[in-house]
Amino acid sequence: MREINVSEITEAVYELCLKANFDLRKDILKALRSGLSKEKNVRAKNIIKSIIDNAKLARKKRIAICQDTGVAVVHLDIGQDVLLVGGELDKAINEGVGEAYRKGYLRKSVVSDAIERKNTGTNTPAVIYTNIVDGDKVKISVSPKGFGSENKSAIKMFRPTDPVEMIKEFVIGTVKKAGPDACPPFVLGIGLGGTFEKCAYLAKKALLRPIDRRNPKKHIAKLERELLREINSLGIGPMGLGGNTTALGVNIMEAPTHIAGLPVAVNMSCHATRSAEKTI
Amino acid sequence: MSAIKLRTPITSQAAMSLKAGDEVLLSGVILTARDAAHKRLHDLIVRGKPVPLNLKDAVIYYAGPTPPRPGRAIGSCGPTTSSRMDPFTPELLKMGLGGMIGKGDRSAEVRKAIKKYKRVYFLATGGIGALLSTKVKAAKAILFKDLGPEAIYKMEVADFPLIVGIDPKGNDIYDKAKRKSV
Repeated sequence: MREINVSEITEAVYELCLKANFDLRKDILKALRSGLSKEKNVRAKNIIKSIIDNAKLARKKRIAICQDTGVAVVHLDIGQDVLLVGGELDKAINEGVGEAYRKGYLRKSVVSDAIERKNTGTNTPAVIYTNIVDGDKVKISVSPKGFGSENKSAIKMFRPTDPVEMIKEFVIGTVKKAGPDACPPFVLGIGLGGTFEKCAYLAKKALLRPIDRRNPKKHIAKLERELLREINSLGIGPMGLGGNTTALGVNIMEAPTHIAGLPVAVNMSCHATRSAEKTI
Repeated sequence: MSAIKLRTPITSQAAMSLKAGDEVLLSGVILTARDAAHKRLHDLIVRGKPVPLNLKDAVIYYAGPTPPRPGRAIGSCGPTTSSRMDPFTPELLKMGLGGMIGKGDRSAEVRKAIKKYKRVYFLATGGIGALLSTKVKAAKAILFKDLGPEAIYKMEVADFPLIVGIDPKGNDIYDKAKRKSV
């Protein structure tokens, strides 16, 4: 067993919250630059330019890329040969989040109760997912998830016999509904298969993968490419004002499912799709 | 197209010169308000209670900024999704609200109310809050401070870059964008 003190997790979560909120992901920036070079619409070009300028300024001045610094979604892959010592894991994670949001001048956007809606003032609790994996390391990913796009996400339970065309229609319909509201150009995380909640979880997790890397399964990679192409022909464009840059990336994660079902979840994300990761 | 320079407050007469799609640089004082603040304002209005805010010709910015670093006026401060404010907006327009700044589509009711009261809805680019913060010269929470980031802030802006989304005649930029895409 390798012992890891949870204070190391606190420290890592703290760093990752700041990094994710100030430094736009390289893959996202790359896609924005590529979009800029291909975009014909003048207004769309100007908006993409300002998104790139914003990323530069955010990094330089350590100001949040977007004021919606999100709910901190923390994914941990914990090696089964790791023994976590020195305190409770959840508490350690939330300490890191709270400290980062306070010291980093990030917005506290979490309310303690969905009905009573009192701001916790710390941006905690984080949404935490843990996986037990092989090995003696802990991989931590933090993604601050904004709700302008989260609100436009959707899940649907298809028939197992439904054709892929219907799945595509659902995904594209979700993008159209998100329209100008959810800060296009979008990044889509899509879950295919599993159960109701597993599918939504996969959609969320898919957003962590660099958008220039395709799914290892050939037919899924093909679906990703086709969806991206079709979404970019919708004409929604940056901020919904027209253009052919409607999505920067489409990432699918899939899992085995039941003979009777075909769950599909679309987690919408904006052009400020943020995450950072570290392995201890 | 060169941007139109505009100052707050915005009377309906001033709004009448604007057309959906126009680029505007707005200067002056604006008020931030998002979900929770709208709900409170709306509650006061429908209960007939006094509204502790002068809404006449005022501009509301749908935003909840990040706190400022020392020496800066405000943190990241881009627009939030306007449609969440739709249920409360016609009532505020009736009170004399001059304009709104946000991102995204509005409901048919809001569009109708904008036309009825001859007001204007502006779009700001979402997700560029760091850049937009450079256009904010001063900011102070003035109402509902207990709401934290959802408090109403009085903000002084200079040349804040906007696009007219819905003009006082009820023309909507997204209708145009939609037409172009089909």
